Amino acid sequence: MKAICWEGINKVSTERVPDPSILNPRDAIVRVFLSSVCGSDLHLLGGYIPAMRAGDIIGHEFMGEIVEVGPEVKKLKKGDRVVVCSVLSCGGCEFCQREEYSLCDNSNAEPEWTEKAYGYPVAGIFGYSHALGGYAGSHAEYTRIPFAENTCFKVPDGVSNESALFTSDAFPTGYMAADFAGIEPGDTVVVWGAGGVGLMAMHSAWLLGAGRVIAIDQYPYRLEQARVRANAETLNFKEVDVLQALKDMTGGRGPDRCIDCVGMEANSTGIEKIYDYAKQYARLQNDRPAVLRQAIMACRKGGTVSIIGVYGGFVDKFPMGAAMNKGLTFRMGQQFGQRYIPKLLDIVAKGEVDPAYLLTHKLSLDMGQEGYMMFKDKTNNNMRSVFAPAG
Amino acid sequence: MANTTKTFAPPDSKGEEKNESTKHFTNVGTTGRLLSLLGGAALVYNGWNKKASVLGKSLTTVGTYLMLRGISGFCPVNKVLQIDTAHADTEGFEVTTSVTISKPRDEVYQFWRKLENLPKFMTYLEEVRQTDGKRSHWVAKVPRNVTTKEKLATIAWDAQIEQEEENSHITWRSLPGSEVENSGEVHFTDTLNSRGTVVRATLSYHPPLGIAGQLAAKLLNPAFKELVKQDVRRFKRILEAVEIPTIIGQPSGRKDEKY
Ligand SMILES: [Zn+2]
Ligand SMILES: [Zn+2]
Repeated sequence: MKAICWEGINKVSTERVPDPSILNPRDAIVRVFLSSVCGSDLHLLGGYIPAMRAGDIIGHEFMGEIVEVGPEVKKLKKGDRVVVCSVLSCGGCEFCQREEYSLCDNSNAEPEWTEKAYGYPVAGIFGYSHALGGYAGSHAEYTRIPFAENTCFKVPDGVSNESALFTSDAFPTGYMAADFAGIEPGDTVVVWGAGGVGLMAMHSAWLLGAGRVIAIDQYPYRLEQARVRANAETLNFKEVDVLQALKDMTGGRGPDRCIDCVGMEANSTGIEKIYDYAKQYARLQNDRPAVLRQAIMACRKGGTVSIIGVYGGFVDKFPMGAAMNKGLTFRMGQQFGQRYIPKLLDIVAKGEVDPAYLLTHKLSLDMGQEGYMMFKDKTNNNMRSVFAPAG
Repeated sequence: MANTTKTFAPPDSKGEEKNESTKHFTNVGTTGRLLSLLGGAALVYNGWNKKASVLGKSLTTVGTYLMLRGISGFCPVNKVLQIDTAHADTEGFEVTTSVTISKPRDEVYQFWRKLENLPKFMTYLEEVRQTDGKRSHWVAKVPRNVTTKEKLATIAWDAQIEQEEENSHITWRSLPGSEVENSGEVHFTDTLNSRGTVVRATLSYHPPLGIAGQLAAKLLNPAFKELVKQDVRRFKRILEAVEIPTIIGQPSGRKDEKY
């Protein structure tokens, strides 16, 4: 089959690779209909994630159809149309039982990396480096799905592939960010980053009772999406002093809930050399937390900072004094997708939110490099490049 | 120790030609052999896991060396240093590790107590067979190539359960005269919130006495620790997740490998 493989910094290539097969009893094989790029892929592309190996198939946000199931898979069958959660969970460990799925003890096939870097291993994620399990990703004709019953969610009839796609990753991630922000009715919620996840966080903030939603980004076409699609007020950080503007907009008080949907800077040019050595995973380079610093400074006293943008290692010059003395609450994590996806599919089926508008460029697998560069460079008003292996 | 510096001549050697030549090819004690084999397997396994890294390459090299040493019973370094560890004894060394499993204590205990289950998560074991209520026959496999699971050598020994208290603990020990002297104990306790089980396992091996034996133990202890830790993790994974997650056999754009 064809698959898009990571080859090096800012380089992917479309290769012929063997078809996946069932390797474990709880596996299934999905024929991929749609597979989206994601902002967090830019960290891989930029070379910030050292546990990548040339030839790794990337992609983690996808939907398709079940074509084969392993002997332990009972609730899914051939022909089921499913959206696949980007994060893998075993369902049996303490963390899965708490519905903290991305903290799963068992789903990471290569737990040594994050055990060394973070003290304990974290869950596996499709196509997201060997630190997160080394699982082959979804930019391919077929993908093997570990723990399939916990990972696949049937798409309700009447929901299109395009609308279902983003309940894999962007929508549950954005929803968790808003959920973790602890929004109370009438709160002012600020979202940094008006990409797919940020926009979904804005929709979710409204769903959770926000009184006002403010979006911050640098790309006018993305801010326009925030205004038009997510009913947000917008600030362009290239044009205004964000801290002053937020103060002015909130009567000098500051926003209640600040959501970081950017994470470590993905726009900067990559580092020259990668030492793919487990112990150095977290020491490679300090993450540059420009957004996080700003969110901490902007947040009102006693407010919440919710972090869903990806960080890999350490952050430099973290304004701990501001955070401590203002009594801020921090919540963060990789998405607990399995907790939110059924609810979000329901919301999409009812038409309350339709994330399909994120799909701006539908491409064949052969267009891997073009798709990623367009997404990275924000050209052609690209929100998301989505690969459609079957056309 | 005087005998550690002798050249391939055991203290009780009568100087027979045949004995001399045999010793020439096996200057590593049997337990030292097992250590080398298992430690080598662990290092190869780890090295292979991180194959792309510089660390991985050197671990693989060291691991392969230790395995060769274990398999042939001949250690070129020992020869150069003129150390014979084949006829000496020393204190054992042991590895202790613990893990928390979100399953009831009786279920966790029963799975371990059925000794036939051990090879499901202890990588180097090929087979454990209970021969009667207390006794069991153990076979360890030594892969040359972890990817292909190709076998090069097996070592067998008999062990006996020394103590057991249902749902609480098990201890076992290899029978006197076994080629490989080793023992283990596992304790099972409830977590404080009673929602899971804490498993604490201690495995002991007894390398031969002497500088080389102690050095080998020191050198190999980290590899063993890692091996035992990974085995215990696999035990947890089988109980909680029903299977051990893997990526071996999945497609990639790397032409030379299949994972
Ligand atoms: Zn993502
Ligand atoms: Zn789990």
